Amino acid sequence: MDFDALISGLDRHTLDGITRGSIYALVALGYTMVYGVMKLINFAHSEVFMVGTWTVLGVYTVLGATAGSSIGMVIGATLLALIAAMLASAGTALAVERIAYRPLRKKGAPPLIFLITGIGCSIVLVETFGQVLRAFFGPPFGRVTVNIPSVLETKVVFTIPGIDLAVTNTRLLIIIGAIVMMLALDTFVNKSRLGRGVRAVAQDPDTASLMGVNQDRVIMLVFVLGGAMAGVAALLFTIQYDITKFDIGFIIGIKAFTAAVLGGIGNLRGALVGGLLLGVVEVYASQIWDSSWTDVTAFVVLVLVLMFRPTGLLGESLGKARA
Amino acid sequence: MSTIMDSYRGLKLGNRWDSAPRLFKMFLLLLVVAFAFYLPYLNILPFAYVRTDLNPTGSDWASVLFLIVVYMIVAVGLNVVIGLAGLLDLGYVGFYALGAYSVALFGSPSSPVVEALQSRFGLSEDWAVPFAICIPIAITMSLIAGVILGAPTLRLRGDYLAIVTLGFGEIIRITARNLDNVTGGAAGITQVPVPPGPEVDGRSFFNTIDAERWYWLALVILLIIIWLTLRLEHSRVGRAWLAIREDEDAAAVMGVAGFKFKLWAFAIGASVGGLAGLLFGSKQQYVEPNAFMLNLSFLFVAMVVIGGSGNVVGVLVGAFLLTYLPERFRELQEWRPFAFGVALVLVMVLRPQGLVPSRRRAREFEDRRHEAEEAAADV
Repeated sequence: MDFDALISGLDRHTLDGITRGSIYALVALGYTMVYGVMKLINFAHSEVFMVGTWTVLGVYTVLGATAGSSIGMVIGATLLALIAAMLASAGTALAVERIAYRPLRKKGAPPLIFLITGIGCSIVLVETFGQVLRAFFGPPFGRVTVNIPSVLETKVVFTIPGIDLAVTNTRLLIIIGAIVMMLALDTFVNKSRLGRGVRAVAQDPDTASLMGVNQDRVIMLVFVLGGAMAGVAALLFTIQYDITKFDIGFIIGIKAFTAAVLGGIGNLRGALVGGLLLGVVEVYASQIWDSSWTDVTAFVVLVLVLMFRPTGLLGESLGKARA
Repeated sequence: MSTIMDSYRGLKLGNRWDSAPRLFKMFLLLLVVAFAFYLPYLNILPFAYVRTDLNPTGSDWASVLFLIVVYMIVAVGLNVVIGLAGLLDLGYVGFYALGAYSVALFGSPSSPVVEALQSRFGLSEDWAVPFAICIPIAITMSLIAGVILGAPTLRLRGDYLAIVTLGFGEIIRITARNLDNVTGGAAGITQVPVPPGPEVDGRSFFNTIDAERWYWLALVILLIIIWLTLRLEHSRVGRAWLAIREDEDAAAVMGVAGFKFKLWAFAIGASVGGLAGLLFGSKQQYVEPNAFMLNLSFLFVAMVVIGGSGNVVGVLVGAFLLTYLPERFRELQEWRPFAFGVALVLVMVLRPQGLVPSRRRAREFEDRRHEAEEAAADV
């Protein structure tokens, strides 16, 4: 128990927590949307994120972007990496749906089987980067941590006066980027025609299909959107932490899922609240106790929330049609 | 004679088995069990090709058999939770670890817990809790853990349970790794006790070299546990589990106390997992946190589901395949997880009811498929 370490750097730790939480929140969107529509935990979603981080590395390597690149190169490489990561992650998510979930849906298999095929896909994706690609191309693929060049160099943008907190450009980009993406998705689901289809299927799949909503298409859309958000999260993650690894998705996936449940799974705004909260709680906990206990925090928080508020802080609501 | 045979023809294997005379069934079962006990010495060509120690780098055949049987015990225990009660437990490795750690913590003279007991009560340096008492300790510890985990979470919907149990498995491992002064941290605990027995050839009866004795011990325990779970399955409790698995709300309306029976399933499954962990830790004579990664939990669930959840023969087949095949094809070691993932997806997509499903389950799957098709045709 070390409260002094927490109190003395409270502002710094809060900012750190919010940065982490933004990434959790973006990944959590994928879980929450799929859950909202299919009542299914997509176990392979963490690997969709992992594919995104590798795509970012690939784009940087092809373009030759490194730490000292010119400003034009930095912006170009980052934007290209963003688009590529979104496409790759969305594609992976779609492939998972096609291969592992759709055939089972047609057979009316019970939920347990979906979970198992999800785990299977997750293992296949992890091993693709840990073993298969290494066998053909060699490093950087393999079972080691890989560095990603920090193309966007960290600089202090401004200092918040009074509490003397230095805000860096990378943190600012992550927080603003995550919130903008989430707002965009929220607007899309609540305002657009396609979004209405998503909400309809979430609320009552049978009635929705009677009203002419193509359920298969809605489910594909949900996987694509969730995957794209994981792609954005992957880029933001590499900007902050500069690494990737074949099994990097696992722990982030667990955290993101916890965030989704915390806010109320199936609720897009809940994912944001849950993600930010979990990030902050985690950083605080790692200061008070030991950082080796950080990963336990998420689980303890999850159990506590489920015990007292089984539907999360904001409740389930993708199906509650508004507007 | 031919009329008798005719009535057998066209029936499925399971039906034929059911309509066979009781004496014949007993005889065949005895034969299978006897063969299982003989397996470590299997040396008749061409059957000997199933051995895993054919090439010099292969692993010891009797040790592999032991591991297969330990995982079979795990699968039978997990089958109570997943197959009968329909609760998805992704943290089963936590109970397995608790069993292994219980015997290590209380039975090993070098464990911090035993050392504390020694200094507290002024006992000699080599004193430790005897193996026979470690067994109830391990079972009780995992049973209590099952109740502690189950009591707050079993009221939740099934999907949440999966994640909470997953978290539980990780918490156990991380705790074991971080509590240096209780569990020995990442270094683990050595000198885990073995069952007592007469000395043979100057070695204690249960040692690291003669693995076939471990295998026979595990096999006896497996047979007892199979018998017990089969008794349970056909009791009032078992029928309550099936009712909950099929439709919890309907079961509740009919007066089945869902929570109580779910907790029972959870606790029984947990204690069987603890017992399997105890066997594993005792045979290794060494326990460390890295032996209990979450992948093992997924492997356990896969055994139950691939084999055919709800059916004892099915889960035994699942446990056998998923333990034996990787050992037999060790030269492809690096590709094992990849092959495992591909197999998991393929088997489940092509045969969601498992390889050897229970008949009741198979019929349910058939029903659901029809319903799905009709729903698709309606739209």
